[in-house]
Amino acid sequence: MSLKSAPKLSRYFENQMLLTSLIGLMALLLSIRVFAATVALTGAGSTFVEPVMTKWISEYQKKDASVSVNYQGIGSGGGIRQLSAGTVDFGASDAPMTADEEKGAQKPVVHIPTVLGAVVVSYNLKLEKPLKLDGTTVADIFSGKITVWNDARIQKLNAGVKLPETAITVATRSDGSGTTAVFSDYLAKVSKDWVGKAGKTVDWFHGSVGAKGNAGVAGLIKQSEGTVGYVELVYAAENKLPFATLLNKHGDLVEASTKSVSLAAGGKVVELMTKNDFKLSITNSDAAGAYPISSFSWLLIYDGMAKEKGQPLLDMVKWALTDSAQDMASSMNYAPLPKALREKVLARLSKVKVN
Amino acid sequence: MSDLLFFNGLRTLALLQIFVFLTILIFLFYFSRQALAEFGWGFFFNSKWSPNQQQFGALAFVYGTLVTSAIALLISVPISIGSALFLTEIGPAWLRKPVQILIELLAAIPSVVYGLWAIFELAPFVRSSIQGPLAAATSFVPFFQGPPSGIGLFTAGLVLAIMITPTITSLTVEIFKSVPRLFHEGALALGATTWEAIRIAVVSPSASGILSAVVLGLGRAMGETMAVTMIIGNRADISAHLFSPAATMSSVIANEYAEADAGLHLSSLTAVGLTLLLVSLVVNSISRLIVWRYRSFLKGVTK
Repeated sequence: MSLKSAPKLSRYFENQMLLTSLIGLMALLLSIRVFAATVALTGAGSTFVEPVMTKWISEYQKKDASVSVNYQGIGSGGGIRQLSAGTVDFGASDAPMTADEEKGAQKPVVHIPTVLGAVVVSYNLKLEKPLKLDGTTVADIFSGKITVWNDARIQKLNAGVKLPETAITVATRSDGSGTTAVFSDYLAKVSKDWVGKAGKTVDWFHGSVGAKGNAGVAGLIKQSEGTVGYVELVYAAENKLPFATLLNKHGDLVEASTKSVSLAAGGKVVELMTKNDFKLSITNSDAAGAYPISSFSWLLIYDGMAKEKGQPLLDMVKWALTDSAQDMASSMNYAPLPKALREKVLARLSKVKVN
Repeated sequence: MSDLLFFNGLRTLALLQIFVFLTILIFLFYFSRQALAEFGWGFFFNSKWSPNQQQFGALAFVYGTLVTSAIALLISVPISIGSALFLTEIGPAWLRKPVQILIELLAAIPSVVYGLWAIFELAPFVRSSIQGPLAAATSFVPFFQGPPSGIGLFTAGLVLAIMITPTITSLTVEIFKSVPRLFHEGALALGATTWEAIRIAVVSPSASGILSAVVLGLGRAMGETMAVTMIIGNRADISAHLFSPAATMSSVIANEYAEADAGLHLSSLTAVGLTLLLVSLVVNSISRLIVWRYRSFLKGVTK
C-alpha cells in the first residue's frame, strides 16, 4: 500500500515508522564511526607463520585494544608484492627479499626475524624406523634421478630396514612459496645440479606432481604409498606425518625439532645476521646437532612510515620479540629466536624511523 | 509511469551484463599487453612456462584444458543421455523423482569437495584399478602409460565428467520432456521396438537441444578450477601419456596468481586468462556453427 493512497491516520503511523528507523540507522552508523577510531593494520604473506601470527594478533589486541590487526596468509611472494604495492602495512616472508624486489618497494624495507622454522621431507611408507637420508640423496630424489624406494643409495643409508620396491612419486608445491625457497636453497647447497635453481618457484622434473599449499602437498603424500614431498615442520607435526632424519654437514643424523632448529641458529649466526641486515640463510648448517633445512621467517616493514600506523606497528613488532610472545611461538612448535639475536633486532628496531 | 520504470530498469540490467562482459574483455587485454608484446603470437604456441627464467607460453595449458574437457565429455555424454532417457522413458515412475533429486544434489556439491574426494578416494582407485590393468594390457601403446600416481589428466577428466553430468542430464531431461508424446506413440504404432521408438521419436528430434546441453556442460568443464587444480598435478608439460600430470588454464591461474611477481609473470597469467576466454568463445562458436549448418538434419520441434 503506497504512502500516498493510504488513509490519513495509518499514513501518519507509517511516516513515523520510517522516521524512527532512519534515526535508528543514523545512530547505528555514527556509533560504528566512533568505534572505528582504532588504528587498523593489515599484513599479508607467509602461510608458515600464519598460525603464530593469528595467536600473536589476538593476544596483542587483548593488551592494546586501540589497534586492530588483520593478517592474511597468501604466501611469501604475495606478501612481498602487496607490501611493495602499498596495499598492506607489513609483510611476512620465509625468504628475504631479493635485490630486485627491494628496488620495487616504495621505501626501504627492514627485515625483522620473528621465528625459526624447518622444512621436512615427508613420505608415505610403512617402515619400522624413520627413514634416514642425506643431502645428495634428497637432491637426486627431487630431481627424479632416484625412482624407486629400494634404490641402492637409499638402502645404504638405511641398513637393516627393508625398503619396498614401490616407485617414488615426488610431490612438490605448485604455487610460489617460501617453503620451496628454503628447500631449494638447501638443495643448491648440497648438490651441484641444483645450483642456480633455488627460488620461490622451481621448475620441477617431468613426472613429479604439484599441489597448492602445504595442505595440498600433505594430501598428495597421504593419498598414495610411495609419495615423498616437503612440508613445513609445524604442519607435519600437527598432521602426524612421518618425516626423514637427515644427515647434516657436521655428520650427525638429525631429526627436525624446535631444539635442532634452534641449534642451526646458534654460534656465529647472530653475528652474521647483524652484519647482513638480518638477512641470512641458515640451511646446511655445520653446527653439531643442527637440522639442515632450517630457516628464519621475517616480518617486513617500511623504514619511514607515517606515525599514525607506523608507531602502533613498531610497538606490536617489539612485543613479538618479548619473552612472552616467543614462548607462545615455541608452544606452537616454532623455534623461538635466540635471546642474543632478539637484543640485536630490538636495537635495529629502535633505529626505524616514523614520521 | 511504472511501466516506463519497468522497461527502463530491465533494459539497464540487460545492458549491464554486456557492459560487464566488455569490461572483463578490456581488463584482460590491458593487463596482458606486456606479455603479448614480449612474446607476440608465439605465446599461444609455446609450451615452456618457467617463472624462474621469465619464459611463458600457454600451449601446455590449452592442451591440458582441451584434453581434460574431451575426456570429461567422452565419459559424461553417454551417461547423461542414458540417465535422461532412464528418467523420462525407461525408468519405473516411482524411481524417477528420487533419482532426479539425487542427480541435482550432485550438482550442488562444491567443487573443492570434489577435489578433496578425488585426491583421497578417486586417485588411488584410478591408480590401482584403472591405470594398472590398462597400462599392463596396452604396454605397446604409449598413450595409456604414465607415472603411477593416480594424479593427472585422466583423473581430472573423470572428476570433471562427474561434475558436468548433472548439468547435461537435467537439461536433456527437459528437452526430452518437451518432445510431443505423439511422436513416440506414432513410432510404436508403426511397429518400432522400444529402443527404435526412443531413438527415432525422442532422441533424434532433440539432437540440437542435446548439443546445447553438452556445450553448456563443456563450458563448465573448461572453466572448472578448484577440483582440477587439486587433482591434475600442475606440471606445465605436454605429454602423450594419458595418466601424466598436466595443468589447465584455470589451474595455473589459481596456483600462481597470488604469488606472481608483478610484471611479466602476472601479465602472462592474465594472458592465459584471455586465452581461456578466446578458447571458450571458439568452442561455443563451433557448436553454434554445427547447429546452424546441420539445422535441417538436426531439425526437431525443440530448437
